[in-house]
Formats: sequence, structure tokens, C-alpha cells
Amino acid sequence: MTSSTSSLREAIAPLWRDNMALAQFLGLCPLLAVTTTVVNGFALGLASAVVIVIASTAMALLKHALKPAARLPIALLILAALVTVVDLFSEAVFYDLHGKLGIFIPLIVVNSGLLAHAENVASRRSVGFTFLSALATGLGFLLVFLALGACREIVGHGTLFSDIELLAGEGYRGTTLELPVGGMLVAILPPGAFFAMGLLLALRNRFTTKPRSDESSSGTPR
Amino acid sequence: MTTVAAAALAVAAFFAVHAAYDWSDERIAANERARVVARLNSVLEPALRGRDLTTTLLAITDAELLGSEEPVDVFVLTDRGAPMATVFATVAPHGYNAAIDLLIGVAPIGTVTGVRVVRHRETKGLGDAIDTAKSDWMLQFDSKALTAPPLELWAVDQDKGSFDAISGATVTSRAVVAAVKSTLLYFERHRDELYALAAETAARGGANEP
Repeated sequence: MTSSTSSLREAIAPLWRDNMALAQFLGLCPLLAVTTTVVNGFALGLASAVVIVIASTAMALLKHALKPAARLPIALLILAALVTVVDLFSEAVFYDLHGKLGIFIPLIVVNSGLLAHAENVASRRSVGFTFLSALATGLGFLLVFLALGACREIVGHGTLFSDIELLAGEGYRGTTLELPVGGMLVAILPPGAFFAMGLLLALRNRFTTKPRSDESSSGTPR
Repeated sequence: MTTVAAAALAVAAFFAVHAAYDWSDERIAANERARVVARLNSVLEPALRGRDLTTTLLAITDAELLGSEEPVDVFVLTDRGAPMATVFATVAPHGYNAAIDLLIGVAPIGTVTGVRVVRHRETKGLGDAIDTAKSDWMLQFDSKALTAPPLELWAVDQDKGSFDAISGATVTSRAVVAAVKSTLLYFERHRDELYALAAETAARGGANEP
């Protein structure tokens, strides 16, 4: 009982405590590059999450069939095929958004965080654990995309949810929030990505400096 | 075991990608076409916008003047056989990050009626000012021709030309000015050919309403 609880806790740790971007510093390139708006961030975060769940679960299913030396090339094969499918699908359905994300959808193939998960977790743990952990990793990564995208869009453009119609359909055109702030161009340029990321890291460290065992009490300063 | 699993996976991956390509190929092409056609109006002179013109699509290859080794779309718009406008889906090959896809409207007398960017990867906050949603920079080409300004002034101001460059994005600006100029050159040299080709295509039933 206790062991399954702790195993569950370990599986969902990537959501926040072992977050791929904030704790392991993996997959930062696409994160910093596309999070100029919430919509861009959400789209790439979602694509990455879908890919990691399928790829890691597939690797876990195949773990007994593969020699250790074959794992990495096979992981790359699965990732490359999946990402190509996601890329084609998004170009067919979300054409304009796909144009904005450009090269970063194909680059999900070599996202270091996804590779690390497919290689490390999937090769050692059960299928169920891997699935849960991949889901947590994907969602945790998606959350960071959303947070960075929101910060940078608010400060840089003074808007929230701009271009939402590219994702949600024409019915949502005009639901962009215009905020009475913003216009700091630096926020949407590459340096702004590092500033925003730094602030997000500081925030995370503020709430996770206590030992891992008493997570429940570490939230109290809020 | 490993070999069998790897081979099976490779085959599965091949079919997955193949199926995705089959499913998306037509849709992607249709998306692309729909976007271009929707934007044709934006580069026509105001008097022609929304008018019921016959649009004939030609595929023209001229790597030197139209910027692509591949055929580019050229739309000839006619009213009962009389050419009213020509719209080039020109490529500016030397954008800062990648080639820039442009739509350039040209009146029969050779003046620019409008230039819009269809697809670009220029730097956010700098080079993306070529998008009319971001700035009015593209509007400076309206009603320009190869004689106004004179051909040698078809360059950005840094190169002693008569076009403003976007500050911080001179490379982008140069690429666009050069593409508009070479498209006008193409039009000047091949105008009658284009019109004849369009008339021939339309007569064969290749004309389609936008």
C-alpha cells in the first residue's frame, strides 16, 4: 500500500517537483523559442505532451524485446514517426498556427526531455508507471509553456489569447483580451525568454526548497 | 528478438507516416490555396476589390526573377477577357531566417497595386514588420513602378535607394524590395506572354472563380 502510494507520487513528480523544464532543465530550446504567446505555447506544449505519452508508453511495452544498445535508435524511430504524423496533422488542420510554430514541431523529435524519459523511465519501469509518468511529464511541460507564454504575451504584447481563432476556430475570433499593460518588446525577443524563465525558476525554488518528504507543509507560506 | 521488434517497428512507422501523408496532403494543399486566394483581394487596387473577375491560375517558373526553382502561382484576373490585374505568388529567397512568400499585385500598366506577406519566418518584433498586421511598411510599394522610382533607386535607403528599411531588419527589407523589383521586371518582359497564356488556359476551361 505504502509502496504503491510512493510509486504514484514518484510517477506524478514530473508535474511539478521533477518538472522537465524547471527541475531537469531539459527541452528548453523549443520552450524559450515559441512561448511568445499563450496560443503558440499551448500548441507546442500539447504536441510535445501527446508525443511523449505515446512514445514512452510504446518504449515501455517494448522494453523486454530490445537490447539496451538498440533502445536509443528505436526511441528515435518512434519519435520521428510520431512527430511527422503530428506535423502533417497540424498543417492540415491548424494551417496558420503550424506556420507560426515552423521548425519547432519537427524539432520535437530531438527534444532532450522526451528522449530522456523514453530512455530512462520507459526502460526501467512498468507500462502503467511509464504511462502515468509520461502524462505528468507532458502536462508539467505544457504548464511551463502556458506560464511562460502568458507572462511574455502580457508583458510583450499587452494581450492574452491572441490568435486563439487559429486553434479554437473562427468562432473565437475577437476573444483576445487587451490588457492596459505591455509593449515591452524585450519580453517577446529571445532575451525575454530567459528573463521569464529565470523568474519562473525563482518562483519554483521558493516553494520547493524544503526537503522532499514534507511537500504538504512546504506550500503553507502562500 | 531485438531485430524482429526493430523491423516491425520500422514497418509500422513507415505505414503510419504514409497514412498521415495520404490523409493530409490534399488538405494542406487546399489550405495553402485557400489562404492565397483569400489574400488576392488585399493586393488588388481598391476599385477592383470584391468585383467579379475571372481568375486564371498559371504556374510559372523563373528562378532568377520569381525567386524559386519551383513553379510559382501567377493569377491573371480578367473581366470579359480584358486583363485587369496580375498577382504573383513570388518568393523572396534571401529573407533573414528563410525565404519569404509574397503576394504582389501588378496593374496592366506595370504599377504595383499591393504587396502582402503570405508566409515568413522573420524575427519577431523586428522583421515581422513586413506583415501589415504589425506595421504599414509594406504599403510603401503601392503604386510604385519600375520607372517610379527609377530602376537604380529600387533599393533600401541604406543602399542609396528610395525605399525605407525596417530599422533592425535591413536584410528582411532588402529581400522584399529585391523581390518586388524582380517581379516587376518579370512582368515587364513577359506581360503579353502571360496574358496570352491566361486567355488560352481560360479557353480550355481552366478558369476558376476565387
